[in-house]
Amino acid sequence: MIKGALTLDPKIIRKDFPFFQHPTAKPIIYLDSAATSQRPSKVIDAEMDYYQRYNSNVHRGVYQISVEATDVYERAREKIARFINARSPKEIIFVRSTTEAINLIAQTWGRANIQDGDNVLLTEMEHHSNIVPWMMLCKEKGASLRYLGVDDEGFLNLDQLDSSLDGRSKLLAFTHASNVLGTINPAREMIRRAHDKGALVVLDSAQTTPHMATDVRDLDCDFMAFSGHKMLGPTGIGILYAREDILDHMEPFLYGGDMIKEVHKYTARWNDLPWKFEAGTPNIAGAIGLGAAVDYINGLGIDQIRAHEMAITSRALDLLQSISQVTVYGPKDPEKRAGLISFNIEGVHAHDVASILDTHGVCIRAGHHCAQPLMERLGVAATTRASFHIYNSNEDIDMLIHSIEAVKGVFKI
Amino acid sequence: MSEDLYKEIILDYYKNPRNYGTLENPDMKAMDTNPLCGDELEMQIKLGGSDNIADIRFNGKGCAISMASASILTEMVQGKNIEHARNLHKDELLGAMGTPNLGPVRIKCALLPLKVLKLAIYSHLGKVLEGDEANL
Repeated sequence: MIKGALTLDPKIIRKDFPFFQHPTAKPIIYLDSAATSQRPSKVIDAEMDYYQRYNSNVHRGVYQISVEATDVYERAREKIARFINARSPKEIIFVRSTTEAINLIAQTWGRANIQDGDNVLLTEMEHHSNIVPWMMLCKEKGASLRYLGVDDEGFLNLDQLDSSLDGRSKLLAFTHASNVLGTINPAREMIRRAHDKGALVVLDSAQTTPHMATDVRDLDCDFMAFSGHKMLGPTGIGILYAREDILDHMEPFLYGGDMIKEVHKYTARWNDLPWKFEAGTPNIAGAIGLGAAVDYINGLGIDQIRAHEMAITSRALDLLQSISQVTVYGPKDPEKRAGLISFNIEGVHAHDVASILDTHGVCIRAGHHCAQPLMERLGVAATTRASFHIYNSNEDIDMLIHSIEAVKGVFKI
Repeated sequence: MSEDLYKEIILDYYKNPRNYGTLENPDMKAMDTNPLCGDELEMQIKLGGSDNIADIRFNGKGCAISMASASILTEMVQGKNIEHARNLHKDELLGAMGTPNLGPVRIKCALLPLKVLKLAIYSHLGKVLEGDEANL
């Protein structure tokens, strides 16, 4: 690939996104897709079409529009199952978010399988959502938390993986890509090594499934969690993937309507998979919107998306590292990182950087990125993070660099 | 908010903070954090006669806004009675900083030092900081 050449044309892509068509006082350079992505009109229209044309509750409706709502809702599940190569739609549970998916695992599988004296292995680069649920579970059960460390380049200390797992290790929970360092972890190899030690694996793919091909059968993960809103889909919808044989043996998470087969005064029988884990009226519009997002991504090709973002990241890495006052965190090889870059400017707090970038219309995130243990490991209070998606262009990166020069001007460094 | 936020006064106090450091055996001290930024700030105070602030220092880490605010605040209350410091209104501090329109996010950075100062005085007086004062 020619350096700087893009596989997708952001000018054309942006036409699909109402956000970029909306008249604003000045152009917005949106570099915060790792927090939440923008959404194409196909997604927004799909949700609106449901609300306007066939709005009705799903499941058990006898009338035509309820049948249609159920059909589109369940077809969205099938699309997501195919998108991550699950064996069956039964393995796809609609939840609110990655966070809720991980809590669901901890509260159901975790409570039933983790006992006093067991341990759970995490990594130092986890998002709080993949730390706190396990912290609380371990406290409740008298189990212990362990952490696999991060080296100075931003890679996991994989040589310590085997020795960090023992006969009491019930679970390895880790992120496929760090939301701070960008590091893509070798998930398949890590999962195999955890399985060799008898531990199950939770994969947080919030930063990878939206950007690169994710194949749960190839990865062989037991659980996987990701969010719709980071993959061009709506907010408030996320996915828990789990192997069917594991889900079969899990107790429900929430109790109520829809998750039951029959209820008597003193007993109840649970519904089949996947509905056993979907109590109450689900986020119907969100699921339908996420199905449309998967269609949109498939239309572009997930490998094309990855190639585009890698090219953008490569350019941004080069330009950021050419500024002597800038420290870039994480791997320097764009093939080994997701489309996001955390950095600091010497002598300037990340929030001051973000405030000044904002005056140039550049939207980036600054803070601890919900990864405080990693911040402690890096020895910084906060970082500034730029993150990319298909609608970002080389010109966006130029604006980022230009506005960083402005920060240097304001702070006279 | 604009680049004007970073006026000379803010940058000057950020780069050359006054009253930065610690005191031996302070009569009052308090510490708080701004979880959004990861800012940490401590204030230490030594009292003179009639409960006047004889000496005040701050330390910690944070953005230009919070560090400049802390430094300006220490100068504002130095030599003043703790009752005066306790009742200092946020607008006086923002006025002294020359940044009346910080916006809802960054104003928290500017007001963290005032909150920490009040925490120190309240705990010295055996009182609890609550209500609007605690939600600076």
